[in-house]
Amino acid sequence: MSAIAFPLPDPKILGRRDQIVAGLAALVPPECLVVSEDERRAFETDALTAYRRLPLAVVLPRSTEETSKVMAYLHQEGVKVVPRGAGTSLSGGAIPQEDAVVIGVSKMSKILEVDYADRIARVQAGVTNLGISNEVAADGFFYAPDPSSQLACTIAGNIGMNSGGAHCLKYGVTTNNVLGVKMVLVDGTIVDIGGDWLDAAGYDFLGLITGSEGQLGIVTEATVRLLRQAEGARPVLFGFATPEEAAACVSDIIGHGIIPVAIEFMDKLAIEICEAFAHAGYPLDAGALLIVEVEGSDEEMETQLKKIVAIAQKNNVKTVRESQSAMEAARIWKGRKSAFGATGRVADYICMDGTVPTSQLCHVLDETYRIVDRYGLRVANVFHAGDGNMHPLIMYNVNDPAEQEKAEKAGEDVLKLCVDVGGCLTGEHGVGIEKRDLMPRQFNTADLHQQMRVRAAFDDQWLLNPAKVFPLEGRAA
Amino acid sequence: MTHQPATESDLCAIVADARAKKTPLAIEGGGTRAGLGRPSQTADTVSMRGLDGIVFYEPAEMVICARAGTPLADIEALLAERNQILPFEPPDHRRLYGSSGAPTIGAIAACNLSGSRRISVGAARDGLIGVRFVNGAGEAIKSGGRVMKNVTGLDLVKLSAGAHGTLGALTEVTFKLLPKPETSATLVLDGLDDARAIAALSQALGSPFEVSGAAHLPAGVGADTARTLLRIENFAASVAYRIDELRKLVSGGAVIDDAASCALWRDVSECAFFGAPDNRAIWRVSTAPSRAPDLVRLIQRNGAVAHFYDWGGGLVWLAVDATGEARAKDIRAAVAVTGGHATLVRAPDEVRAHTQVFQPLSDPLMKLTRGVKASIDPDGILNPGRMYAGI
Repeated sequence: MSAIAFPLPDPKILGRRDQIVAGLAALVPPECLVVSEDERRAFETDALTAYRRLPLAVVLPRSTEETSKVMAYLHQEGVKVVPRGAGTSLSGGAIPQEDAVVIGVSKMSKILEVDYADRIARVQAGVTNLGISNEVAADGFFYAPDPSSQLACTIAGNIGMNSGGAHCLKYGVTTNNVLGVKMVLVDGTIVDIGGDWLDAAGYDFLGLITGSEGQLGIVTEATVRLLRQAEGARPVLFGFATPEEAAACVSDIIGHGIIPVAIEFMDKLAIEICEAFAHAGYPLDAGALLIVEVEGSDEEMETQLKKIVAIAQKNNVKTVRESQSAMEAARIWKGRKSAFGATGRVADYICMDGTVPTSQLCHVLDETYRIVDRYGLRVANVFHAGDGNMHPLIMYNVNDPAEQEKAEKAGEDVLKLCVDVGGCLTGEHGVGIEKRDLMPRQFNTADLHQQMRVRAAFDDQWLLNPAKVFPLEGRAA
Repeated sequence: MTHQPATESDLCAIVADARAKKTPLAIEGGGTRAGLGRPSQTADTVSMRGLDGIVFYEPAEMVICARAGTPLADIEALLAERNQILPFEPPDHRRLYGSSGAPTIGAIAACNLSGSRRISVGAARDGLIGVRFVNGAGEAIKSGGRVMKNVTGLDLVKLSAGAHGTLGALTEVTFKLLPKPETSATLVLDGLDDARAIAALSQALGSPFEVSGAAHLPAGVGADTARTLLRIENFAASVAYRIDELRKLVSGGAVIDDAASCALWRDVSECAFFGAPDNRAIWRVSTAPSRAPDLVRLIQRNGAVAHFYDWGGGLVWLAVDATGEARAKDIRAAVAVTGGHATLVRAPDEVRAHTQVFQPLSDPLMKLTRGVKASIDPDGILNPGRMYAGI
């Protein structure tokens, strides 16, 4: 069934498995080493569950130093490494290969320091995204990037994938919110980049490793920015007859100099699916729905919402639901936040996340329907409209290999479309294995080879997460 | 000689030729910041001024793409017509260096230059979402794009920002934009010492009022008394409300209006207080705000230094005697205690030729720096030695 190719495992490494496991056992205690087949099963895939490979072994180090020892050993033995956060990657970024050892950061999950004067938190990289915000919420602070998987996903994974979320329009993505890291290089060298100050010295390696999908090293510790929560936040829900009107409304809001903290878009099928699941009171007669959230004091939110509602009315809004209480606000968000889960109850799906220039949203949406229809499948669209980050959920039956192939083909066509209108293959989920073979659509050979040479400056033998991001064919060292 | 490419493909040919002849190139924009970095050691220069003009500007998408040699002033004038801005408040350094010419957008990207608003909206590197550059082999390379969420492939955009042209000659840069705030105002607290001032800045930055400028100017910097500055930019009603709330939070202060506030913050962002003809050496130190007053105290122990703080205390500007090594030893020793990094941004050529202008890196970081430089510019053709000797 696999449409996505995996490299053939190296028989020499497979043949030395016992020796390699023994070598690891000498470095870490038994509770940090996963060897049995049953237990390794837990690590054979991530959130791209259609693909799975059993790793050679799994190591869960407890410290930077332990990670360093393990990496040095594996480097010396020429064994490939697949780094893993919580395994929530939608692009297969954490899927192992048979001749590789998975190194997971889950045992490094302490918050080491919180400093409100300097507005930073220093954490071990296995701490969850939401774990940071929860730690500081009572004091009125938060960590800004908020991917949908934030309950489970780790900061290590967030840095690996440069994770975004619903609120990046105002607060940026991971790369804009990380100040420093401690990282273990492929040969075990421990390197500190940045710290608790702004703009790290020298080349912007922080920027380079953020979003590098575990190919440049394993981050074991991070210093992140904390932000003060706004005085209040309030969403408003708009129902429009057509996606065109909703998209025009988005442009119009931004054109008025208003940057809401989030602008979320749902199409007709997404509205139906979410409403059936969450009973959030979404208008079932709407062709498209926007959730716009503003922040500030009560009076400021009132003023902003008044302006935004007036703009929506100019764009023929049919339904306006303002939230008068925290409960109503939560209800408006409930449907949107459960979109992936609700869709999963209706059908299996793959979720693409290409980003397009916001002026192309309607065109891309129309074409997406046409493409998916051509393959005889259905698609629900839920996305971050303010930043053009699409999320078509293409539904199929995972037990029907022909349908899976159709879904993947449809997804590919949608992503090619995103690139062709001036956008990109992935806005926040990463390339992983899923979009690896589409990279030549966005980059020419010179571009890709330049990226690969930079990669090789960190890992000249291509031992770190080697089957990801770059097409397997035509790799440059 | 000075090459003057008119197109990216001209530049590719020039770089390929320079590589074949092993004649490295200095890369020049408007030439207003020639004094930033180690003195140029190349016989040949390539001027980017011919690569000029807006590639596209989409106000509704809040994004602009321009060729690297485009004067910053042209871009800011175009954006002003649509009430938009480059978020990070790019500084014009002509007053600091006493230079003339037109600062270019490419230099803003290549040097990752950000003004006071950096604390609230990010640095130039955060606003930069796409680049095209010519690598040391004379190949045109693109990275990033025109959309603000993009994780496709390695982020060579960030790597280009702040590499001072040593990792490719930028030919096109794409920045995301923000609406120009309707108005602004600044709250001024008088007479605080450094420690109390930084504490007040931290308190304000830890409030929900979205302070977009937080600086402390000790007595003698621009005025006889010490001034602690907090800026709010927003819609008029919000500015009034938020300034009021800030006054309650930090116990008082006088308010200056939009016009005066804009002028004052330009001075802060551009370090105008130490501008030419003042010829002292200038350092720029990035550190954690709470440790910044200690940093200054440690340096003062070994001799006088004039200073002020921006970025809530996290950016310290220092003016010292421009002789010898311009106090490099004292300053770097203090940075070793407090953490952070120090850059000698202005000093005579002979001082910069013999001083580590940029913060020395740890051995593993230096090794990575060498490796990455070689992966993009294998023969060291582009701005060699501008940041570090041999890089």
